[in-house]
Amino acid sequence: MGIIVKISGPVVEAEQMRDAKMYDVVRVGEEGLIGEVIRLSGPRVTIQVYEDTTGIKPGERVESTGAPLSAELGPGLATSIFDGIQRPLPVIKERVGDIIRRGVSAEALDKKKRWKFVPIAKRGDRVTTGDVVGTVQETASTLHRVLIPQGVAGEIAEISDGSFTVEEPVYAVKGADGTKRLPMMQRWEVRRPRPYAQKLQPEKPLITGQRVIDAFFPIARGGSACIPGPFGSGKTVTQQSLAKWSDADVVVYVGCGERGNEMTEVLTTFPELEDPRNKRPLMERTVLIANTSNMPVAAREASIYTGITIAEYYRDMGYAVALMADSTSRWAEALREISGRLEEMPGEEGYPAYLGRRLAEFYERAGSVITLGREKREGSVSVIGAVSPPGGDISEPVSQNTLRVTRAFWGLDASLASRRHFPSINWLTSYSLYKDVLAGWYAANVSTDFVEMQSKAMLILQQEAELQEIVQLVGPDALPERERAVLDAARMIREDFLQQSAFSEVDAFTSMKKEMLMLRVILSFHDLELKAVESGIPLARVLSLEVRGRIGRMKEIPEDRAGAEISSLQRDTEASFRSLAPEAQLEAVAGKGKA
Amino acid sequence: MSQIEYTSVTRVAGPLLFLEGVKDAGYNDLVEITLPNGDTRNGQVLDTSAGLAVVQIFGTTTGLDLPNTRVKFKGETVKLPVSDAMLGRIFNGLGVPRDGGPRIVSSERPDISGGAINPYSRAEPSEFIQSGISSIDLMNTLVRGQKLPIFSGAGLPHNDLVAQIARQAKVLGKEESFAVVFGAMGMTSEEANFFIRDFENTGALERAVLFLNLADEPSMERLITPRMALTTAEYLAFSQDMHVLVILSDMTNYCESLREVSSAREEVPGRRGYPGYMYTDLSSLYERAGRIKGKKGSITQIPILSMPGDDITHPIADLTGYITEGQVVMSRDLHRRGVYPPIDVLPSLSRLMNQGIGKGRTREDHRGVADQLYAAYAQGKDLRSLSAIVGEAALTETDRVYLRLADKFEKEFVTQGKYEDRTIDDDLRIGWGILSALPEGDLKRVKKEFIDRYYKAPSAAKTP
Repeated sequence: MGIIVKISGPVVEAEQMRDAKMYDVVRVGEEGLIGEVIRLSGPRVTIQVYEDTTGIKPGERVESTGAPLSAELGPGLATSIFDGIQRPLPVIKERVGDIIRRGVSAEALDKKKRWKFVPIAKRGDRVTTGDVVGTVQETASTLHRVLIPQGVAGEIAEISDGSFTVEEPVYAVKGADGTKRLPMMQRWEVRRPRPYAQKLQPEKPLITGQRVIDAFFPIARGGSACIPGPFGSGKTVTQQSLAKWSDADVVVYVGCGERGNEMTEVLTTFPELEDPRNKRPLMERTVLIANTSNMPVAAREASIYTGITIAEYYRDMGYAVALMADSTSRWAEALREISGRLEEMPGEEGYPAYLGRRLAEFYERAGSVITLGREKREGSVSVIGAVSPPGGDISEPVSQNTLRVTRAFWGLDASLASRRHFPSINWLTSYSLYKDVLAGWYAANVSTDFVEMQSKAMLILQQEAELQEIVQLVGPDALPERERAVLDAARMIREDFLQQSAFSEVDAFTSMKKEMLMLRVILSFHDLELKAVESGIPLARVLSLEVRGRIGRMKEIPEDRAGAEISSLQRDTEASFRSLAPEAQLEAVAGKGKA
Repeated sequence: MSQIEYTSVTRVAGPLLFLEGVKDAGYNDLVEITLPNGDTRNGQVLDTSAGLAVVQIFGTTTGLDLPNTRVKFKGETVKLPVSDAMLGRIFNGLGVPRDGGPRIVSSERPDISGGAINPYSRAEPSEFIQSGISSIDLMNTLVRGQKLPIFSGAGLPHNDLVAQIARQAKVLGKEESFAVVFGAMGMTSEEANFFIRDFENTGALERAVLFLNLADEPSMERLITPRMALTTAEYLAFSQDMHVLVILSDMTNYCESLREVSSAREEVPGRRGYPGYMYTDLSSLYERAGRIKGKKGSITQIPILSMPGDDITHPIADLTGYITEGQVVMSRDLHRRGVYPPIDVLPSLSRLMNQGIGKGRTREDHRGVADQLYAAYAQGKDLRSLSAIVGEAALTETDRVYLRLADKFEKEFVTQGKYEDRTIDDDLRIGWGILSALPEGDLKRVKKEFIDRYYKAPSAAKTP
């Protein structure tokens, strides 16, 4: 037990705490505010407090719980909404009303709810850490696998069947040090990565349903991506689209220092939206962590660790998990604020010198792995972090340190956003280092020439950028027809393919197959357009073709009709070019696979 | 509560007082300081450790001395008595009446720093507020419970715009009790009088509560003023079921005061000398907007900030934009060309727009028309700068259509009178009139069925 000697915002110093260990959770003051030990220096212990410290006085008491900040892991996580230190917000509301008051303690998982436990392991089975002993149907979308926790191995001495709370023992393991009776729930320190057997090279994409990402800048399952952009460029909408439509089994969405109303939007829309795969509400496979900007800053710092620990837990069950952190800049700012209060020597722009290390440690928890346990399940955590650089300038430390450790970069562009080109991912500055490792998957699962189509489309966009510079000097009229045809194709790719409305029912999600077909129509139109122009047909005639309008509306074709309708559009495109120049031999140049 | 008075001030630096031998100063507690001449000032504890307290004074430090200044720790945080008798009243930046009326007495005395609304308790803002201004209603729709700042610059008519919004704002088809809470930080008395007169003329004053900290009044008060305003707003909205519009002006002055305190405390500065916690601090103001499930009232915030040097990447504008749900950006270029209101729609944004518009709220084609106008105007503006270099003659015919469209958009759509109250139907009609200059195939943002219903081909649109 210690005595408070100094309070400065979220940082409290105490003395006479001999038993304090680094990162132990402590209870501060009469109200028992939750805090964490972050520095030991002689008799003084520095604590960051996860709640508002207003009114706390020197002389009040501090008590250590003796354990580090841990997450409760077990059935009941899915559909939950927690604050940064895993307190369920609905419970807080029930206890203290609409405004969050401090000193509320609320346990993460409902300890009264009974779950139907279906045993898989049998008496006498030899088990070790990571093995599945049984399952719980957590929601209609999520089958929760109950895993043997860390440090337990031996023989199943008994196992029950029936309904239990998360704390009641459901099985017992007889090991070297006696028999342990274990419940479904386990605890894990949030700042320590959960172990796995082996990390794998990512080779499958995380399909997001967003054309610009899936077709041009893909992220692999188990990969990491960063989305930097100034305010208003659509970070949050992009993150939410990914949370809604990516084909992950479980989504953990961390709203870290962002807007309250945005979390409300997630809370109201997710239960209504259907998972395109099983038609169940998206909320059933989602865990939300909401620590809005005006909630205590230290809890914001903890929130991404809480989030990724839950993500790793589902990964260990053998699921593909996607974690969205919006925004890591706010997390870094929390780090900076606390560092400032600790009077540490600042690094760049006032951020602590360990910013890069902490970011790297966080992103390194992403990955595709073989889990512990005999089954050797494959699971993955993909991490997508939004970054909010001041003034949109990504030369600042948080962006730069993030770029060093993430492999896909989706650069959002304010000028695209201001003309309502969404998602406003700039195709010239963005990149994905997963393109090469995923090429094989695309060839096998989408189309053999998909990668070729990708590079062809990118080339057109590159050419457009170069031509635009010339246009800026001499005007578009001075360009030769052929170059203007390239500009036209680039415009089609931008407007008819890359632009995607997150708010349109049909357009919000596009399957890989439809993406491929759409791109193919546009590229073959361009090939035919070039041929036509070369054979002397004025570009203006090509531009007035009726099929162009239809190409512009391909996005609105529902998935179930996309195959047939886009294929017929493909044929009509070829036919209308033939009608332009019946004498020219314009047979399907691109339509039949390779150009 | 302690009634001990300390005379142990050891240092005064800027707005800060350092005291020794203090026993029971709680963090953020209210402090009463008595000057040698008997005047009193209020302050707040910024830092407290055994024996030493740092106090920030609201008001000037003129006349303070070390041996005779007495300091009393009140043992509670800064609180504001609130009641519905505040409506129609004018207070100073610390909540003391400046209109000659009585002090507010009430048993309800909430802490002015408020608390975070549980995200789970929030209701989604979705009621369209018709401000009567086209570039807001159609392009950057405001909804109840939103916080939508105005990014302005020195000399731009943001006050006119805000007064017009306060005058005209309504939710269609509803008669509900409505109030305006006005928090002025470092405003000139001329500006303050403009608002008071405008509120008087329209009869809005009796539904308004004003907190005025004028330009010549202590800058430290400015840290308290917006919190007073928001505390009042929360009371009116969530205890009195009113729909409250909070106007805070000018946030730039607030941030300056924040920087002043930070530098007096010798903290490590962030960008441009503003403290590293400015984001968190601003969010503790801006996030006090919204709706709560099961409560009738709402708080809609329109903070005004003048961007130093019209720079939108300046930390104040930047951090604000990251917290608020969009922004309305004023443009000096438009203002120079005589456009009122000089709202540049391209960098403007309303994040909650989608919840408030569409069928049953405004009209089914709202989203499409807005997006199409955005895209076309952006293209027109690009071409404007291009034609400045290569001349209009070097543009293609289609390009010239867009060029004319951009002009028409500014002249007919953005421009409107200070007392012109347009309905959303007016806005859509003008919008379609402008879009009708484009060939149908270019209207990719609008659904086919709406084009069939509202679009008139260019030839038809030419005859006025």
